[in-house]
Amino acid sequence: MLKILIAVVRRDLLLAWRRRADVFTTLAFFIIVASLFPLGVGPEPNLLRTMAPGVLWVSALLATLLSVTRLFAADYADGTLEQMLLSTEPLTLIVLGKVTAYWLVTGLPLVLLAPLLGVQFDLPQGAIGVLSLSLALGTPALSLLGGIGAALTLGLRGGGVLLALLILPLYVPILIFGAGAVGADAAGLGAGAHLLLLAACFLSALAVSPWATAAALRISME
Amino acid sequence: MLEVDQLACMRGDALLFRGLSFRLEGGALLHVAGRNGAGKTSLLRMLCGLMIPEAGEIRWRGTPIRAQREEYNGELLYLGHANAVKDEFSALENLRVACAVAGRAVSETQALAALEAIGLAHRIDLDAKHLSQGQRRRVALARLLLAQAIPLWILDEPFTALDAPAVALLARTLEAHLAGGGAVIYTTHQDVLIASTSLERIDIGEFAPC
Amino acid sequence: MTSSGKALSEKLPEFSGGINWFKYASPQTFYPLAGRLIPLFGWPALVLTVVGLYISFFVAPTDATQGESYRIIFIHVPAAWMSMVIYLAMAFWCAVGLIFNTRLSFMMSQALAPTGAIWTFVALWTGALWGKPTWGAWWVWDARLTSELILLFLYLGYMALVAAIDDPRRADRAGAVVALVGAINVPIIYFSVTWWNTLHQGASVSVTSAPKMASIMLTGMLIMALAAWAYSVSVVLVRVRAIMLERERNSDWVADRVAQLVESHR
Repeated sequence: MLKILIAVVRRDLLLAWRRRADVFTTLAFFIIVASLFPLGVGPEPNLLRTMAPGVLWVSALLATLLSVTRLFAADYADGTLEQMLLSTEPLTLIVLGKVTAYWLVTGLPLVLLAPLLGVQFDLPQGAIGVLSLSLALGTPALSLLGGIGAALTLGLRGGGVLLALLILPLYVPILIFGAGAVGADAAGLGAGAHLLLLAACFLSALAVSPWATAAALRISME
Repeated sequence: MLEVDQLACMRGDALLFRGLSFRLEGGALLHVAGRNGAGKTSLLRMLCGLMIPEAGEIRWRGTPIRAQREEYNGELLYLGHANAVKDEFSALENLRVACAVAGRAVSETQALAALEAIGLAHRIDLDAKHLSQGQRRRVALARLLLAQAIPLWILDEPFTALDAPAVALLARTLEAHLAGGGAVIYTTHQDVLIASTSLERIDIGEFAPC
Repeated sequence: MTSSGKALSEKLPEFSGGINWFKYASPQTFYPLAGRLIPLFGWPALVLTVVGLYISFFVAPTDATQGESYRIIFIHVPAAWMSMVIYLAMAFWCAVGLIFNTRLSFMMSQALAPTGAIWTFVALWTGALWGKPTWGAWWVWDARLTSELILLFLYLGYMALVAAIDDPRRADRAGAVVALVGAINVPIIYFSVTWWNTLHQGASVSVTSAPKMASIMLTGMLIMALAAWAYSVSVVLVRVRAIMLERERNSDWVADRVAQLVESHR
């Protein structure tokens, strides 16, 4: 069981490495979106500090949304996805492997880069730590839920916009708990409850979405 | 081994065929014929379990294939229109990764031997994006050489884009598989002679609704 | 809605057989049944609406604290109820469709979606109309309003996905996955939004600020709720009949119906 998971993760990581430009576009998008907000609302430090958690979380969410369309697209186009559906290994595990690799190349860099952007918004040190932690818990859930949308919109006209419409409502709890954790910490309330709820979101996404994604893939491949 | 009972296929609004039934035993070769758009690929995808038939049932060793998905996948090898070859991988990487994802990991020696047999010995480390269409098809077909033990092969236009020596090689491979008790279902628009003790032919056009 | 349940249970035994050509028989039997049910719900809907509106605008007394503007809840509350009930019904039919592979259930959920979305929109709209005189703002990020807005997005996502897929079978089942995942998420979303709202304490005016309702108000509200139910059922039945005709336009029973219709006009 673990073997197939590792095989798929390795495969997708190697593919991502050979196409590394894609990874950087997602990251660049994240940075640019986050940097646009100060230009829009003005350079007032206090305002920016209050806005920072929400802005950074929304940017991470949009960056995920932008890149998750590619999760199955290439495999769908060249016929590999069909072969995955015919594997003797459970499709849920293959899906989980693909999502894991996807998170490692798009989610993890966001987590690592977020402190830098936090500094840009003059977040206090403690809040920056909470920001990284909340992103580390939240972005895997974003990737998992995004997988369902990517599988459902496979090969459809205007798939990207449709994907946003399907998935954004599902992202609401993660956004609330994630950005809320940073906000609560900055306000001196302690981020524990938020982070635990975020972890619960991640675990329930882990429980539901590989199955939903596998089912969606079978439906879309017909 | 494989029983197909009263199969019907609907594509969008159109009923492509209905009432299609046949049985396939080990060692049998089944050629699925029909004009373009008759539903050949749809039929093959149904036989793989990728598509749910509009009506009817497909049984493998007496059990409906939907009830035994992973077990059935273990006895089945499908090559579709698309080669499932990744541009970013070399021929060797493609073959090994494809086998691993299918759940039948092979060693590097086995993979090399298969690629050599299919005539790609000198192209093993080249990224697939530099390969010609025929060479990419060969990479996909190399999986067959590693799958002699798998009883059912379902091949969608396996001869497309291949040159004469490769066509002959593939025909010999299919013959060896049939002689070993395996079954093959395939479509083709080319006339290729495959020696088989039991050759059957289904023309999908005969099952089209008036 | 119980009617279609009956039609479903009638055809289930036929499904266990190997040949399920009979699945075409089911819309065939349900179509005339739905046709007979529409007036049974449609006329009560009209009567109940007239009576309910009369009570809410002329009989019910003016509220001591909110004045006349409170009267909008006679529409707002039934609309909000329907928006949630219909989403659940939609998810239910999707689950039935995925489990038993019955086309009629997917058609039911697709017929429910627009009505549900309209109720959600009505609930938001009337909420805003009520909010302006009461809270002094058209829109307040109240927990209920926000969840209702997200519910509207869920409806829109479902409808957009179903509309974007050409193959009806894929559309049915992909839509079902979205509806079910959404249904699992609705309580989580509601909880998170409430949590978010209580922490931020912005405009902390609760919608439930009417502790004791006059009984005539309650009667009016219940009649309006019944009217909303009856209206929804009849409209959904009309729509599901249209969907059936469109989907099954190549089948014999639709051809027969058309032939009958042509005959009767001659």
